[in-house]
Parts: sequence; structure tokens; C-alpha cells
Amino acid sequence: MRQAYNSKTVLMPTLLVAALLGTWWFAVVRTESSIFPTPWQVATGALELVEDGTLWDHILASLLRVAAGFGLAVALAVPLGLWMGRVSSAYLTLNPVFQMLRPISPIAWIPIAILWFGVGNASPVFLIFIAAVFPIILQTAVGVHTIDARFLRAADNFGVPRGKLFARVVLPAALPQILVGMRVSLGVAWLVVVAAEMIALRSGLGYLIMDSRNAGNRYDLVVAGMIIIGMIGLLLDTIMRSFEGLKSVRWRYVK
Amino acid sequence: MSSNVISFEPWADAQAVEASVEPAFHKIVVDQIHKSFVTADGTLEVIGGISFKVARGETIAIVGPSGCGKSTLVNILAGFDKPDRGSVTVDGKPRPRASPQGIVISQQGSVFPWLTVYENIVFGLDGLDAQQKRDVSHQLTELVGLKGFERSYPNELSGGMLKRVELARALAVKPEILYMDEPFSALDALMSLRLRTELLELLQKQRQTLLIITHDVEEAIHLADRILVLSTRPAKIKSSFEVPLPHPRKLTSPEAQGLKERVLSELGL
Repeated sequence: MRQAYNSKTVLMPTLLVAALLGTWWFAVVRTESSIFPTPWQVATGALELVEDGTLWDHILASLLRVAAGFGLAVALAVPLGLWMGRVSSAYLTLNPVFQMLRPISPIAWIPIAILWFGVGNASPVFLIFIAAVFPIILQTAVGVHTIDARFLRAADNFGVPRGKLFARVVLPAALPQILVGMRVSLGVAWLVVVAAEMIALRSGLGYLIMDSRNAGNRYDLVVAGMIIIGMIGLLLDTIMRSFEGLKSVRWRYVK
Repeated sequence: MSSNVISFEPWADAQAVEASVEPAFHKIVVDQIHKSFVTADGTLEVIGGISFKVARGETIAIVGPSGCGKSTLVNILAGFDKPDRGSVTVDGKPRPRASPQGIVISQQGSVFPWLTVYENIVFGLDGLDAQQKRDVSHQLTELVGLKGFERSYPNELSGGMLKRVELARALAVKPEILYMDEPFSALDALMSLRLRTELLELLQKQRQTLLIITHDVEEAIHLADRILVLSTRPAKIKSSFEVPLPHPRKLTSPEAQGLKERVLSELGL
């Protein structure tokens, strides 16, 4: 259910954020920290980045890497997951391998990524791909597995050709699960791009954070970078969630 | 497996067989079919030798106690399952495979919830262009009373409307046989009666062969030319009743009531 914008959905979270900011401010002033910034310093630091234009460059760099890695992951994972969902020998063969690769943190792949792809854009794209591909494969396979048998039987009854069976029945029936997998993957992808940029790159929000610390302990920019990462993550998740409202998907959620 | 080989001789010429073995007007010939399932407690015989014939354009109702294997029978007739022994012949061809020639409409329904009413109706149509599909949909929505709902999604419709979508989707592919497995039993009594009446009107125009499975004796009397009563498991045909009443039938008439009593007493009530 979509909730109306009322006191519960807007007012309470806003109050909580205000309280957190107040506590933060009070703590910094009280401890007389010379290095940890106040919210105000963070805001002015962020404004500085907005004014000299570098913030947009960093955001764009990070988003493009996520788009590339995530796009590649979707392009491979959805067909593979559909195949695994339909053909049980494919599932039985591939699933154990994927289950083993899945819990390896993408961060653990960083040395190998640098070895294979160097320190350019290919490394973070590869890491995002590795992080995003498994949840989509597995959710897609689950989505196909759980298609109600009566729908497959009806399709069989009408004798539709294979291509149409996939396009009109299997894919749309699994779509709600595929979107769940994509939503999880996009969240992980956003985590990974920042981590990758901290290590190997000269642009992006992860790089902004590391660079701000290394070049003169600009902790106001470090915290500004963190907050911007959080806000963009929320925005990406909101976009993914909005797909769940589509009528061709919502059938899965309404009884 | 070996028993299958005996009953399902690959016929050299189906047409010749039809001419020589069965009169051409028999749409469906069921000959001594048996079916068992292996369960945790051993083998369960569900169908214990059923034989009957259905004429072209005839409406047959099969009534029986719940759990007596009626749905298994439909699955075998429509080609979704194979009998262990015995044979099913549709249009003179043995061993039917699931095809648009015989569409199954079941109690749960199988209207695709991710497609609109229009997309559902034209689902089975291949090789038609967009305009032809629109024409078919136009005719059918008119016929089953779905005008104006083409763009709706199934979860926006009532149970009765969903049955109409299912019927329209089936009729779109011009099936020769409709297999209905408890089609209206999930609906309330009033809606069920209304849809039965509409179905009869449709059959007047379309002349499909209809095989309907039901536990509702009144529904059987309302719709069928002939009623077959099944026994408890393993299902056999216990008795057969002609329904000699002209349409539109009045279910409260003495003839209908008398027939109902006799069918019910066959069912042990």
C-alpha cells in the first residue's frame, strides 16, 4: 500500500533527523573537537563542492560505474536465472557454485580486479558486476520455480510457441521476484562502488572521501560525502521500489 | 509401460480407423481407462475402468463424490496426463496431447494476472495481425459481457468477471471441446446460475462439445444432455441419465426435480 504523506511518514522521520543533528552538534561543541566537524561545517563544505562543480563530477562518475556494472549484471543474470529456473539440470549444476561465490565479499575481489583490469574504470565495474549478479540470478530462478503450475498448464493448453511462453508467461510471472533481486543488487552495487573508488580511483564519491582526508584532514568533506552517498542510496532504492507499483507487477502483492 | 503399448498402437491411418472403428460423430471415445498414483501408503487406484462416448456438440456432465478422481479424468481427457491402461480417442486420433482443440477451464481459473483482459483474450492467437486480434477481442468481449474492461487487470475484476475472461480466452482459439472442471463452484449461487445461463446461450451459438465436471447435481441438470454418475474411488461409471428437457430449462419443474432425486439417490443421498 502506498501511504499518504502525513505526519507519520514525514513529520516523525524529520524530527528524528533534527534530533540527531542536534545531538551531533552538541557533542562536537561540548568535546571541543578540533577535527570532527559540526553539521554547519559539513553543510558549508558541501556547498563549496557544489559551487566549484566537483561534487557533480564525483556523483556522475560513481553513478556511471554503477550503471555499467549493474546493467551488465542484469543482462547476464536474468536470462541465466530464467534458464536455471526452467531447466533443473542447469539449476542443480550451477546453483552450488553460485552459492559458494555469493558470500565472498566484493571487497575481497579488489586485488584480483586490479590484477586483471588495472586501476581504470574496468575494475570497479567488474566489482559491481560481481556484487550484483548473484542476487539477481538466484531471485530470478526462484521466481521461475514458484510460478503457479496452473499458468504453465494453461500456456501449454494454448500451445503457444517457446518464445511467446517466455515473453508472455515465464518472464512476467517471475518479474516481481526479479525486481526484488535487482533492488537488493543495486543496494550492494552502491556499497561496492564507494569501496572500490577509495582504493583504486581518482574520481567518484569514494575517492572524494579518501582524498578529503588525505589532503589536509577535511573531515567536513568526508562527512558530506558520506551523507550524499546515503541520500543517493535512498533515491536509488525509491526508484527500484516504484517499479513494484506497476500494474503488471503489483498482482503479486495484492490479494 | 507395457500396457500402454498395447492400448496405444500407433495407428497407420487415423482417418481409416475412425471410419472403420468408430462412427464419425463420436468426438470423444473413452475406453476402459485405469489410473493409479503411488503414494506414501502404497498404490492408490483413482480411476478403475471408465468407458463412455461423447457425440459432437453434446454436453456431458460428470458428477461424483469429492475426491473420486474427476479432475484426474479431465487431465487424461485433455492430454495433460496418461492413463495406465485403456485409451482415449479424440476425433478418431488416439492419445490426445494438450492442444487448443480442447481447452480446460478449472475451478481456480488460470487467467494470467500480469496481463490485461485484452491481452488474456488474445493470448492463444498466433499469426494474426493487431487489427484481427482487436476484432476477435471485440466480438468476444461483446459475447461474454466484458465490454469496457479490456484494459483492466484481473485483480480489478470480480470472480464472475474472471470466469468470463477465461471463457473468452478459450473461445478465442475456437476450441472444439471445452473441458470444465468445477468451473463455477468458487462463485456464489446467484453468479453461478447467471454464468450457467450465459454458457448455454454461448453453446447455442458456438456448438462446442462440452464436458463438465461438477458435484452440483442441479448444475448438471441445467447444462447437460447426459449425466454420468461416478462411484467413489476407484471411480467407475455407476449410471447414466439422459436429460430430455428442452432449453431453457426450468429447474423447479417436476421433471427436473424428479431427475435430481434419482441422481442424488445414485450418489447415495
